Amino acid sequence: MKKFNKFVSAVLTSVMVASMVAGCADATSTGGGSAEGAGSDGAKVFKIGAIGPLTGGAAAYGNAVVNGAEIAVEEINAAGGINGYQIEYKKEDDECDAQKSVNAYNTLKDWGMQFLVGSTTSACSIAVSENTKADNMFQLTPSGSAVECVQYDNAFRVCFSDPSQGLASAQYIAEHKLATKIGIIYDSSDVYSTGVYQTFVDEAGRQGLEIVSSEAFTQDNNTDFTVQLQKAKDAGADLLFLPFYYKDASLVLTQASTMDYHPTIFGVDGLDGILTVENFDTSLAEGVMLLTPFAADATDDLTVNFVKKYQEKYGEVPNQFAADAYDAVYVIKAAIEKAGATPDQSVSDLCEALKGAMTQIEVAGLTSAKMTWDASGEPNKEPKAVVIKDGAYVSAD
Amino acid sequence: MKKQTKDNLITYGIVIGAFVLVQLLANTGHLSSHMKGLLVPVTYYAVIAVALNLCVGILGELSIGHCGFMCVGAFSSAFFSKVTQDSIPTGPRFLLAFIIGILVAAAFGFLIGIPVLRLKGDYLAIVTLAFGEIIKNVLAAFYVGVDSKGVHFSMKSASDLGLLDDGKVIINGAMGITGSPQNSNFTIGIVVLLISLFVVQNLINSRQGRAIMAIRDNSIAAEASGINVTKYKMMAFTISAAIAGASGVLFSHNISSVTASSQYFGYNVSILVLVYVVLGGIGNIRGSVIAATILYMLPEMLRFLNKYRMLIYSIVLIVMMIVNWSPKIIEWRKRTFGKISIGRRKETA
Repeated sequence: MKKFNKFVSAVLTSVMVASMVAGCADATSTGGGSAEGAGSDGAKVFKIGAIGPLTGGAAAYGNAVVNGAEIAVEEINAAGGINGYQIEYKKEDDECDAQKSVNAYNTLKDWGMQFLVGSTTSACSIAVSENTKADNMFQLTPSGSAVECVQYDNAFRVCFSDPSQGLASAQYIAEHKLATKIGIIYDSSDVYSTGVYQTFVDEAGRQGLEIVSSEAFTQDNNTDFTVQLQKAKDAGADLLFLPFYYKDASLVLTQASTMDYHPTIFGVDGLDGILTVENFDTSLAEGVMLLTPFAADATDDLTVNFVKKYQEKYGEVPNQFAADAYDAVYVIKAAIEKAGATPDQSVSDLCEALKGAMTQIEVAGLTSAKMTWDASGEPNKEPKAVVIKDGAYVSAD
Repeated sequence: MKKQTKDNLITYGIVIGAFVLVQLLANTGHLSSHMKGLLVPVTYYAVIAVALNLCVGILGELSIGHCGFMCVGAFSSAFFSKVTQDSIPTGPRFLLAFIIGILVAAAFGFLIGIPVLRLKGDYLAIVTLAFGEIIKNVLAAFYVGVDSKGVHFSMKSASDLGLLDDGKVIINGAMGITGSPQNSNFTIGIVVLLISLFVVQNLINSRQGRAIMAIRDNSIAAEASGINVTKYKMMAFTISAAIAGASGVLFSHNISSVTASSQYFGYNVSILVLVYVVLGGIGNIRGSVIAATILYMLPEMLRFLNKYRMLIYSIVLIVMMIVNWSPKIIEWRKRTFGKISIGRRKETA
């Protein structure tokens, strides 16, 4: 009897596992079928997918990206679509995890995605680009700034790359003679921050800037910056370069002020958003300079319109991630129009068509009045330096 | 046939059965690309769950830093694969990558085992946690490059490596290793899983395994019976670390960019693996494999719920834990379904 029970339980367990796998397969295979259907009969819609961290620590960035893209899609659909075809849009969560990002990509592929806006973060974007390369799917990352994000010819980006930001920052500081002694604090656990840091240091050497202190922190100890600040202060740094995200930077500024240390603060696009940090005394950010492609309080029609829509829909002020994603959708639109592509083409054909079109288009968007691309996937646009004055961005030039 | 042997064969049977089923579905075109993408991660999480079960269930020492060993295995093998990408053909290179990943992880397991295994219970758990974090943070600070003159090493930045023009940066600090070859596939994952099951299950039923379990049940009595406690503890811990290293090799060859960051190798992930082990049944190797499969698939299968999926996932986790392990529920289940029980706890002692 005991043997029999054992046998029964073993059979049941295997049936359970088998049914689970089979169940999954069934559910998704029907999904796949409908996607194919949409591909053949539905010469009706373009399918754009977006990937970003919608939950977890980096959710602020992922949500901004999918929201920004959503607004663009709605606008385009309301205005009659691309070449008369409507857009269908779907977002997936990757929890800022490269493995999950690939899973999210595969989910979107089953849905029938033709163009990918994503991933939001660099590491995820790199991992996904291996798959888009294999499938030859057109990928446009709004905010994946690491060099490798666009290493394949089917991948393009909207934001600046990490090196170009570091380069531009060093050149800007040298050209405008902002300082002679520079202190740097950077996040050594973050790809974006170290990427900017490395090129900044290289370029600073060429520009004859003296770096007197460079101190690192990680995401595990990003609450106390007094040691790093004290070192910069002791070394006599009169400009502090902060290539990381605004949440940490708000703490740096607060702690610098309590230490009675008031250097010029210079940041990159990650610093955009510092005025929106809760419980942060924005007067401390007075005089902070940053390189950013987007300022939410710019007065041109496009920005005003976008910010208004975003606030109505999501109840917050959009940051540069949202702006990059918004532009990304319009870039895809421009490229499709240039290539004269139609939704009934295969994913691979669309990718080939758009690859060619990308190098010919010129797009005016939120993040730049004129963006062009070359085959490497890098955008050509001018970084804007802004300075915070009376709680608002003012052009620094 | 002995009861134990039969039990083991059932475990292999389940794994092979699942493999055959998936292959059939894939070949007949019934498997979506989403599912295909999940197959390899499932195998490596099942492998590390088996490794951790050896440590927690059989050795009886709670380790919450096992992803540290996975991290070491992933980095050492990806390093090797990237350096030799052009010089060794794929097959032998991947095999060598496995050997390297497993050996390096085992070496770390051995070194860390020396101080750690002197401790007991909670203290040991906390120290393994610390070691897991140390491994991850140290690796995130490494810059290693290779050029015609050999290997360059720095802990400051990639530009400090002083590479010649033909050199390339292999480990780039927090950016980790990018562009290593993707060789893992489901078949290899299943083979690795079967080998690790074979190693662990045979270890349990061997003379050494009985000694290890004697230490778990009463280390003083075991020592008094002439068992070399340190030796057997080290043996189990090192084998466990080695298997975790193998899962790291699968990991780093499944995804092209490996970074030593918290979302892949932090203590959260170690605890996630511990959840697989506990839910599958401490000491129940087969349970670990099944629990890892279900729990890794679950959040992905719930994608249609959008932002509620992590909430649902947590609730399902709690429900599963209660259904599987609450004595009252087990009693009720027995009454209702007769003597058939799904989460049968296997007494290994």
